[in-house]
Formats: sequence, structure tokens, C-alpha cells
Amino acid sequence: MSLAAVYRASTPTRRWVGSAGVVVVWFALYEVNLPLWDWILYDVLTLSPTSQLGSGVHFFFYDSVKIVLLLVGVIFVVTVLRSFMSVERTRALLGGKREGVGNVLAAGLGVITPFCSCSAVPAFIGFVAAGVPLGVTMSFLIASPLVNEVAIALLFGLFGLGPTLLYVGAGLVIAVLAGFTLGKLKLERWVEPFVFETRLGGQVIDSTAGLDPGDRVQMGVEEVGSILRKIWPYLLVGIGLGAAIHGWAPEDFFTRYAGESNPFAVLIAVLVGIPLYSNAAGILPLVDALHDKGLPMGTLLAFMMAVVALSVPEMILLRRVLKPRLIATFIAVTGSGIIAVGYLFNAVLP
Amino acid sequence: MNIKILGPGCANCVTLERVTREAVAELGLEAEIEKVTDYAAIMGYGVMSTPGLVVDETVVLSGRVPTVAKVRELLEAASS
Repeated sequence: MSLAAVYRASTPTRRWVGSAGVVVVWFALYEVNLPLWDWILYDVLTLSPTSQLGSGVHFFFYDSVKIVLLLVGVIFVVTVLRSFMSVERTRALLGGKREGVGNVLAAGLGVITPFCSCSAVPAFIGFVAAGVPLGVTMSFLIASPLVNEVAIALLFGLFGLGPTLLYVGAGLVIAVLAGFTLGKLKLERWVEPFVFETRLGGQVIDSTAGLDPGDRVQMGVEEVGSILRKIWPYLLVGIGLGAAIHGWAPEDFFTRYAGESNPFAVLIAVLVGIPLYSNAAGILPLVDALHDKGLPMGTLLAFMMAVVALSVPEMILLRRVLKPRLIATFIAVTGSGIIAVGYLFNAVLP
Repeated sequence: MNIKILGPGCANCVTLERVTREAVAELGLEAEIEKVTDYAAIMGYGVMSTPGLVVDETVVLSGRVPTVAKVRELLEAASS
């Protein structure tokens, strides 16, 4: 029997008790994570917390469990919330909006609309066919991967509220300004002609129509499984690298090359980040370890944004609808935004 | 019965095809299953979020990968 069916067959009381039970177990596991690994590694296995091996191994196990717990919790909640929103509804909201207001709305909707990168092309065509201006469509397509729910979850768990808000705010500003700039450049001639010729046929189907609460819970659980299956290799590599940096990299190694004294640090971080294909889950353990080693937050956020927002597979998908010059302009405009944000944060944050 | 899987060929579309084949087998239906990867053709069905499932030229689902049970439900509704 599917989870949705179990949910539907339960009484309201059972649903509440069941949900509350799951929440309590999650918080208990989260709380017990640090003392558990302290005890196993330092007391039972008598590793020293100050040794390279001790701190590296501790980082690996403690961070793995913590990140998996955060991902499970946040992906589930986000998926259930997002099941109330759809690309079709976003398109309806953006249709007829002018540039400016449209860019701001598109960036906001890009964050909350569930969106799989393989839908980028149909969504792009659908938006353009609905008369959404190119620049507004680009704001949506930039915000969607740039302000990523996995990154929000992990930033909040690892760094707290301040850096998380900075990340979301900066991502929105970049998406609005980059989309607006691309719109002003009048790049329609660099869009593949078939996009403008394609018509949406029949009735536009809202992918979230007819869902009941059981379906939404089921979708949340399935999404947790599917994202974890997809990202676990990145996660392990990221945490492994993080642990290595944490335990073994010399204290001043990174600050010497990418610290505040190097005026090119942000630029280098973004250039290194663009071709480095990973996702937020793989990159954040690394960001966490580098932050511990004294790298400034602006440089790290710029690095992370370059990795998640300007990935090669995404560009290959967009190549189906955009000509190379528009893709190059897209990378240049978004990349400049990310670099600007990196320098701004480094200047503003203590 | 004619079933079409709409999608450019990413992991979600492959999963939807597998799930649909399972549901068809469980129900013992006579059905031909086609894949539609051409974007213009996908848009022709009014589908903007892939993967999409079309039964006898009617879109019954889009934008997510359903469970086998869900597809069985949809196929039963379509065949009755």
C-alpha cells in the first residue's frame, strides 16, 4: 500500500500523532548527533579532538549525519509546500507583466516554483509563447537554480540565519538585474527561431491539479528519496574533501591564496566554480570547511553560486533554445553579478 | 489504448516510462507505449513541465513522477 493510501485511510488523530512522532524523532536524532560522535570517536576509540586524524574523522561523520538529516527535513517540507505551486501557475502570473516589475516577480517565483532542470526548455518556450518578455523569463531561469532550496537548508544549518538571508537576497538581486540587463540588450535574435514558432496546444495542464494531502505527503517522501539518490556521491566527495581540508590543510594555506589580502580572490573563486560541476549538497561541506579555515563569506558565497547557477549541463540544455552568443552573454551577465555580490559581502561583512 | 510519455529523455522521463509499463502489465492492458521527445510535439499537448503522460491523446499527468499505483488509477479511469 502506498504512503498516500495509508494517509488517506488513517483517522485525523492518527495523522497528527504520526506526524508529531516523525518530527520528534528527527529532532532527537539531530540533538544526539554531536554527543554521539564525540563519545564514539573520542571516548571509545580514544582519538584526540585536537589531532588532524581526530578532527578530520569527526568532521566527516558528524557532518555527514547532520547534512543528511537537514536534507531529509528540508526537502520534505519544501516539496510539500511547493506542491501548491506550479510552472503553469507561474506562467499565468507572469503573462502580460512588463519588464521591471516582471523581473522582480519572476525572480521570486523562480525560488518557490518546483522546477526540474529538464523542464527548462518546455518552460522557456511556454513562457515566451505566453508573451512573457525574454528578460523576465531569464530572471526566472536564473533565480531557480541560483536560490536553491538545498543550499538554503544547508546554509541555515551550518551558518545560521544571517548568511542564509544574505544568500537569498543576493540571489534575487542578481536574478532581477541580470534578467533586466539581458532584456534591455534585445537578444531575441539569438533565440532559436523554432521557439517563437511553437504554439502551446490544447488546454495548458496544471501539474498540481487534483492533489490531496496524502498525495502531497507521498510526493515529499519520494522527492527526499530521489534527491538523496541523485546527490549522495557529490555529498560524500564534498564531505570527504571538507574533512581533508579540516584535518590536514595547513592553517594559513587558503587564507594566503584566497584570503582578504588577495584582491582577485572572488574573481578566481567564480572562475574555478563555473566549470566545477557539483550541486549545493556537494559544495556546502567544502564551503563549511573553508570558512573554518578563515576564508571570507563573500568569496565562499560567490564560489557556491558560480558552481550551482552556471553549470555546464544546464548550458547544454539551454543550447536547444538559445544560440551560443546568448548563452555566453547569459554567463557573462550572471557571472558579473555573482562577482559583484562576492566583493560587496566581503566589504560589508566583518 | 495508446499511451505516450512526453519528455526530452532525462531521468524523470525514463522513470515514468518504467512505472507506466509496470502499471500496464499489472492491469493486463493492451496498450502501445510511445515516447515523445520532440519539444514542439510536447508543447502541442499543452505540457510545460515534463515528464507528461498522455492516454488516448488526453494529458492525464505532468510535472512529476507518479507511483505505479497512481498510474494504475489513471489508466483504470481512462479505460472505463
